Amino acid sequence: MFGLERKDTTLFLVVIAMTMLAPFLLNPFPQGSAMAQFNAGYPDLMQRFVIFGIFAIGFNILFGLTGYLSFGHAAFLGVGSYAAVWMFKLLSYNIVPALILSVIVASLFALVIGYVSLRRSGIYFSILTLAFAQMSFALAYSVFTPLTNGETGLQVYTSDPQYLLGNGPNVTHLFGLEMRSTTTLHLGNWSFDFGVGYYFCAIIMLISFYVAIRIFRSPFGMMLRAIKSNQTRMNYTGLNKRPYTLAAFVISGMYAGLAGGLLACMDPLAGAERMQWTASGEVVIMTILGGAGTLIGPILGAGFIKYFENIFSKINDGVLHSWFSWLPDGIENFVVKVLAPFFGEGWSLSMGLMFMLVVIFLPGGLVEGGRRIGAMFGRGKADPAPAPKPAE
Amino acid sequence: MSKSNFTRRGLLKTGTVVTGAGLALPTIFTSRASAYTNEPTGDTVTFGFNVPQSGPYADEGADELRAFELAVEHLNGEGDGGMMSTFSSKALDGTGILGKKVAYVTGDTQTKSDVARASAQSMIQKDGAVMISGGSSSGVAVAVQGLCQEAGVIFMAALTHSNDTTGKDKKANGFRHFFNAYMSGQALAPVLGKAYGTDRQAYHLTADYTWGWTQQASIAAATEALGWKTVNNVLTPLAETDFSSYIAPVLNSGADVLVLNHYGANMVNSLTQAVQFGLRDKMVNGKQFEIVVPLYSELMAKGAGANIKGVYGSMNWNWKLEDAGTKAFVQSFGTKYGFPPSNAAQTCYAQTMLYADAVARAGSFEPCAVVAALEGFDFDGLGNGPTSYRAADHQCFKDVLVMKGKDEPTDEFDTLDIVEITPRAQVEYEPDNPMFAGGDLGQCNNGA
Repeated sequence: MFGLERKDTTLFLVVIAMTMLAPFLLNPFPQGSAMAQFNAGYPDLMQRFVIFGIFAIGFNILFGLTGYLSFGHAAFLGVGSYAAVWMFKLLSYNIVPALILSVIVASLFALVIGYVSLRRSGIYFSILTLAFAQMSFALAYSVFTPLTNGETGLQVYTSDPQYLLGNGPNVTHLFGLEMRSTTTLHLGNWSFDFGVGYYFCAIIMLISFYVAIRIFRSPFGMMLRAIKSNQTRMNYTGLNKRPYTLAAFVISGMYAGLAGGLLACMDPLAGAERMQWTASGEVVIMTILGGAGTLIGPILGAGFIKYFENIFSKINDGVLHSWFSWLPDGIENFVVKVLAPFFGEGWSLSMGLMFMLVVIFLPGGLVEGGRRIGAMFGRGKADPAPAPKPAE
Repeated sequence: MSKSNFTRRGLLKTGTVVTGAGLALPTIFTSRASAYTNEPTGDTVTFGFNVPQSGPYADEGADELRAFELAVEHLNGEGDGGMMSTFSSKALDGTGILGKKVAYVTGDTQTKSDVARASAQSMIQKDGAVMISGGSSSGVAVAVQGLCQEAGVIFMAALTHSNDTTGKDKKANGFRHFFNAYMSGQALAPVLGKAYGTDRQAYHLTADYTWGWTQQASIAAATEALGWKTVNNVLTPLAETDFSSYIAPVLNSGADVLVLNHYGANMVNSLTQAVQFGLRDKMVNGKQFEIVVPLYSELMAKGAGANIKGVYGSMNWNWKLEDAGTKAFVQSFGTKYGFPPSNAAQTCYAQTMLYADAVARAGSFEPCAVVAALEGFDFDGLGNGPTSYRAADHQCFKDVLVMKGKDEPTDEFDTLDIVEITPRAQVEYEPDNPMFAGGDLGQCNNGA
């Protein structure tokens, strides 16, 4: 189906099912129960899952296929967001022009940065992209304040022109369909939120995912893999790698721009921190954690990190105490003291440990973990359907 | 390559199922039918405390969180009640708010607008918070305030000093108890004039972002009105840790006062380096060279150590004040945590109390009712003396403290002396003051 091979079709269908049923899958615990803490099925976080999924898919096209490690991808995310918010400020809250402009601007930006950075490879390329991204961050933070509103972040004011606003809604919308409208389904103690914004992002993510599969399986994708496996050999064969790497760079920049635009569409504010090196590093971690070069890996990695950032960071000492309140006082305090650095504000510590474990024991990321578990149950050798092979 | 195909029969079957499901939907789906966002229906009401727990302002965030926890304890009738006994409004009785116990959730803003908004969103969408408080940076406060306005919950800003929070970025659902850069300027200038004379040449080093700019503009305007001249204003990148290249030119500029519009670790570094360069031992234009730090905090003072001796700055509140509210608060904070609260902690505690009291007086958690109860509200007993929330911009007006680095600190908390309590009338301004102009409060939003 969809012009894909059987294996990819299955994978794609699994991803479709997962994204469409996410409000159920992510809210497995009844409201008010102690485990409700771990529910992640609220619109804002689900949107983040899929948006950062798009970002990671795009990054994977560059990193997973060509092996060029860009440390500056957040710059495109940020530029996309700024472009989108400017469209809200100038035209109206309709997200279509915003998304179009954010992709265009990000691709132009990627073209310029890529043209310069891709003259080098390996560590020099990484450092060049990092330098460009940090430069963009610094510019957005202070120098270009009239354009970016600096530290405060660009947002829409009632005094903005919004030439096409007319009587249109005052929140981001798709031809009148408001992004933040939510329907809640109550089933017993459970409640499930269905956000328009989430489903819009999910559909865009599915389209991006589909395009990524096609790129992976195309002759172009093959060429990119060739660059990763042996550049010198390619040069000797008489192939010029630069048009291919540049194309991959621009495509992944466009993905990042799209993700940035979507972030702004869901929440019309663009902050400069979106471009900071930590944001660039985050997408690298997402991709590696999930499995670089695999199709589904980056999406899993993105979901994983965003889950940690939003759910784990909210488990404070009070919550820990309530978990262990059944222990005797002294032991309870001791246990909480030991665990506290890993929860709440220490979420990044647990995240880091997790990342180290994955890199050391599962070099292929979570996807490899899934495959190994599959193999344990005996069907691994045959054909691990939802886990395609990493590139190479 | 296509292996599976749609069949007409399959399509019809799916179509029937989808239509059936579509018809069944309206009966089990409910839109949020409550009168306003997150109307508390159980026996608890949830607050969201969104503070930086990592990053450059993590220390401030930790102290803010302590104050929030203390406030919640007092609201629920635990502990000694703190400032509830000195608060001029007696609507709260220590049994929670309107019979509901107060619960809270916390989040980490990382001092980044994006992260702070995501964290606030999860408090609103997932935990059902009716009020969000916190913030240790004006950028974050403005961003979260905007979000709360859209979502229809109340935002009680904590540590945010930029004029913009209640200036061009003010929102109907947002309230600020903390003072602002303009007030700092108005309070500091007369004291500086008295101490250093009216014929001074000031050199500004300013953190290059919105807060730094508004503070620099406020201080420059206030000191120029005094007769000072602003020789130069140099913007320094926020992430800068080495200020030596910025400080060296100060000596050759002919300036005799250095104003450091820096906060947190920035200020600790720039002040320390300025002192190491021997600036304060110099005589320029026949006058002793001086350094001014317009916005002080206890944590910064601690970080800068002996370098702040004799340096002037301003503060919202200090634990050394002698009024009954301050005493009660310092007493209960000290009993619980073993050290005195910072001025960030005091504003967080006061904001929580003010919100709770407004709800109790309004008889409802409905945001618009709370806004109406807070607008133009006059109160006393929360440590700052008589205070009022101005309806026009949701800014609190109260006395401002001018502080000076202590010459002989007795311990690590006794680092600053109160030089003057600037009366409220002196720091007051019109809502359309050019430094605050351009914003629109808008309508209060109850959400869905």
